[in-house]
Amino acid sequence: MKFERYGIGIARGMMVTFKHLFRHPTVSQYPEQRLNMSRRTRGNELIWNNVKCTGCVTCAKSCPQGAIHIETTVDPATNKYNVLKIEVDTGYCIQCGLCVEACPYEAIYMGYSVERAKYRRGELVQANEMLLASPDRPASGYMNPHIARELPRQTLLVEKIVEKR
Amino acid sequence: MTIKTEPFVINFGPAHPSTHGVFRMRVVLDGEVVLDLEPVYGYLHRGIEKLAEQRTYTGIIPLTDRLDYLAAMSNNLAHCIAVEKLAGIKVPERAEYLRVILAELQRLCSHLIAVGAFLNDSGAFMTPILYMLREREKILDLFEMLSGQRLTYNDMRPGGVSQDAPEEFLPALHKFVDQMPRYLDEYDQLLAKNEILLARSKGVGILSKELAINSSASGPVLRASGVKWDIRKAEPYSIYDRFEFEIPTGTAGDCYDRYLVRMLEMRQSVRIIEQAMKQFPSGEYRSRVPKLIRPPVGEVYSRIEAPKGELAFYIVSDSSIAPYRYHIRGTSLINLTALRDMIVGWKVADLIVIFGSIDICMGEVDR
Ligand code: SF4
Ligand code: SF4
Repeated sequence: MKFERYGIGIARGMMVTFKHLFRHPTVSQYPEQRLNMSRRTRGNELIWNNVKCTGCVTCAKSCPQGAIHIETTVDPATNKYNVLKIEVDTGYCIQCGLCVEACPYEAIYMGYSVERAKYRRGELVQANEMLLASPDRPASGYMNPHIARELPRQTLLVEKIVEKR
Repeated sequence: MTIKTEPFVINFGPAHPSTHGVFRMRVVLDGEVVLDLEPVYGYLHRGIEKLAEQRTYTGIIPLTDRLDYLAAMSNNLAHCIAVEKLAGIKVPERAEYLRVILAELQRLCSHLIAVGAFLNDSGAFMTPILYMLREREKILDLFEMLSGQRLTYNDMRPGGVSQDAPEEFLPALHKFVDQMPRYLDEYDQLLAKNEILLARSKGVGILSKELAINSSASGPVLRASGVKWDIRKAEPYSIYDRFEFEIPTGTAGDCYDRYLVRMLEMRQSVRIIEQAMKQFPSGEYRSRVPKLIRPPVGEVYSRIEAPKGELAFYIVSDSSIAPYRYHIRGTSLINLTALRDMIVGWKVADLIVIFGSIDICMGEVDR
């Protein structure tokens, strides 16, 4: 290839790189600085509400991975289902959120936290009380706008980087 | 004195940093010149087509996320459009606009990675791709706001989108669209006239117009060879017929043209998003669809213009809750079929540049 004046293109490119020296940094130092996640984050656990749940098993049926296992009995006095056992294998769960979408009684939520690594495979299988909401297991606003409103606003990079050009 | 030489076979990949995943090329070399090339696929085969035949039509959507994982929204869209055609489901206006915005954002996102990785392969190590990832991050923020996930969105549903856009979505999108053209100018300034890039990619890896058509390549690879073919214009799906945009084409069909077509397409995508934002209506975001869709007996072949080219789904229904046959036309796989013709005769260093300019995603090649 022939160029008339070699080096102009490179110099123009280096100008851009040089400008970046004076710009706002984009990266945050993770464990010390944390950004807020989306209000609809699908974290890696499920939250279950034992009061609202009626044992209809819609969530287990709609799960594409077969990660939810529910056992129920019928209470002869009230003719309602009793949930004996609900077990979620978070190792199989792909956090797709279809169970949350399917539940007709808003009794199951995605978790808001994401740092849930475990040391053993067995600890990923969570059952009954382990699935209930607690202060360190907050529910996310996925498919539940009223929960989403309470959660902190998501940090957006578009708003963080303001540059004069 | 003459030195005796003989062809030498090397395995390029499957775990090589410039093969963009687990792709293997069996290359026959004579010194540095490539004499022959045989692509070997299948290291990432997960049997998605077969898995899909045992899942409900909604349950397949998380699977489509994992096809071309750099453009999950487009895959969602293609699947949903196919199911809607099959079952005769109507989509509300607002959902259509949201879908177009998301698909175009996804195109930006995928092209940023494609261009960045291509520049990385051709020697501009890490600086351009990091600048491009910064813009991609802003798009991922928007996707995260909508769907809660940054890579596997699972956001669209037959009959609309899963959730409405929150009120902070449009202002953030406005900010992004305002900034993006200036960043695109900056990328042009950074490398479009760079002598090293020009020398390494101009005239390299030419895919002729005839071969591009005969190998049924699509997307930027086809358009760089000078064929004006874009399904958004040729066979408008969703509401693409309401927007004004151009189809950028190349002339030579070399690596530089493929790079340039992608850069120009990004500007067109920004244009479409701007128009869609102006017309964005209020109202329903999802039509009423039964939880288990049972389409009537029949078959459908529906295609969209995904970032990497023509993405199509062929679904046969036997009126049960799961498809009888589910076939995916993987864009990258078909673009790869012309790989041998592009590369043979070039040097090893060009092989990496040519391969990078096709922009493949192994998740879609192997399925
Ligand atoms: S999030 Fe998806 S994979 Fe996980 S339990 Fe719910 S439906 Fe199953
Ligand atoms: S769908 Fe909801 S109500 Fe029914 S069993 Fe699951 S969590 Fe309980």
